[in-house]
Amino acid sequence: MTTAIAARGITKRYRGQTVLDGVDLTVAAGTVLALLGPNGAGKTTAVHILSTLVRPDGGTATIAGHDLLRDPQGVRSAIGLTGQFAAVDGLLTGEENLRLMADLRHLGSRAGRQRVAELLERFDLTDVARKPLITYSGGMKRRLDLAMTLVGTPQIVFLDEPTTGLDPRSRQTMWEIVRELLDDGVTIFLTTQYLEEADRVADRVVVLDHGRIVGEGTPSELKARVGTEVLVVTDRDGTARPEIPIDGTVGGLRRVLDEIDGDQLATASLRTPSLDDVFFALTGNPPSSSSESAAAPATASTREES
Amino acid sequence: MTNIATTAADSATMFRRNLLHMLRYPGLTVFVIGIPVLLLLLFVYVFGGTLGAGLPGGGNGASQQYLAYVVPGILLIGVAGIANGASIGIAQDMTEGIVARFRSMAISRAAVLNGHVLGNTVQGLLCLAIVLGVGLLMGFRPAAGPLAWLVLAAFLALVCYSISWVAVAMGMSSKTVEAASNWPMIFTLLPFLGSGFVPTASMPGWLQWFADAQPFTPFIETARALLAGRAPSAGDGWWSLIWCTGFIALGYAWARRLYERKSV
Repeated sequence: MTTAIAARGITKRYRGQTVLDGVDLTVAAGTVLALLGPNGAGKTTAVHILSTLVRPDGGTATIAGHDLLRDPQGVRSAIGLTGQFAAVDGLLTGEENLRLMADLRHLGSRAGRQRVAELLERFDLTDVARKPLITYSGGMKRRLDLAMTLVGTPQIVFLDEPTTGLDPRSRQTMWEIVRELLDDGVTIFLTTQYLEEADRVADRVVVLDHGRIVGEGTPSELKARVGTEVLVVTDRDGTARPEIPIDGTVGGLRRVLDEIDGDQLATASLRTPSLDDVFFALTGNPPSSSSESAAAPATASTREES
Repeated sequence: MTNIATTAADSATMFRRNLLHMLRYPGLTVFVIGIPVLLLLLFVYVFGGTLGAGLPGGGNGASQQYLAYVVPGILLIGVAGIANGASIGIAQDMTEGIVARFRSMAISRAAVLNGHVLGNTVQGLLCLAIVLGVGLLMGFRPAAGPLAWLVLAAFLALVCYSISWVAVAMGMSSKTVEAASNWPMIFTLLPFLGSGFVPTASMPGWLQWFADAQPFTPFIETARALLAGRAPSAGDGWWSLIWCTGFIALGYAWARRLYERKSV
């Protein structure tokens, strides 16, 4: 299998603070890599370096066969980037935004028009194509953003927290699009704060904390270490017991339940492992920056979506 | 495509984008045009009588005489206002995610800047045409022939273009949009500290030295000569060209450096 992204020892410091500390990443062509980590772990910096926006202080990378430092224009011609904040031109209409991309990709008038119409259709934006962006919802802007990234049919697509701020339905749409891209053979590099998201789409997950990689593997490998679910037991008097990761098998559940002594009126519930659980399993510590916001929506979204 | 062809095509695309911005967000254009028009009315109808009487050979119909004297100065105030618009425009653009997108695409690295500078030059020419139109309504009767008008238009376009380059660099170097709007104020002051409103000969010695040495005096004198149907003096003409070339070189190098500041 060919390699789409190969990065070695990527290092970045801002004002004496190390944001990325010797990060190695390899992404096979046509697969999805999820970079998982809390706020401030260095995910966005990694995306910015690999998409040529930021110069690394150290390390090398080859992206779609182009050397990052020696041939950045070559890299740029092979990639598409959808950042955390909608990179759209707010003064233009949706169609004009897409036309702008088609012109900058030198598609030519005819092919450009065709590609724009195709993307408007595919992203369900045909009805609002000629309306100013001020009338678009957050989800519509994000769809337009991704459509703009795809105008030039990139081989590698970077998605930096693509679902942040989206409602469950728009999130669902986003994952469907990611799967379609995979069917087309596109390589996807995405960042997320949610284990459950990484589990849904990624072939491999890399866990980043404080600019260092603290764990990596397939989602099932990670889950084997974290447990597929976490059992939460609360005694009758409201005392919460330590949470117990379980592996999802009946045997596993029985073993755990057998260990719970006495109190038949204690309440028990299951929840999906959060980022905290992953970090706890991998490092024995909670993630470096506060992630209370990261843990809650992950479980909430599972309930809403499944 | 060759490098030059790519740059031209991408710059044209960005230029179209900036023109669309001007149509969709006319507030800035109205502001940029409004200030010089307001100053023209103020200087002719409020101060014109007194200032005109002080001009060499001033006397009867002083404010009409002053109108003819001040129009070139106001035109250059208009050019300075364009600098303000250019600086604010690029600073706003840089705060949006769209520029990050452009920077991650394989497009000419000068295209975004070219689009802004060319868009501003067009905005500048529009502004200057309106200022001249208001001047004509007020009774200004330039003696320029067709050739002089043509040269004047080309000359003002060049000045707008060169000042825009410096202003775009200033806007990019500013951390906030507010800061970006302060920088080019210096350009608005220069016509006052030059031959825009009164002859430099009437100023105290030290100020006169500055007024004669700064770029806006040759700009204003060149425009004044062309409007009066005269050929500009060789000194004014050459100094104007030298200043414009310098501004373009400085602004281009500075803005390009800032655009590449962080990237690979």
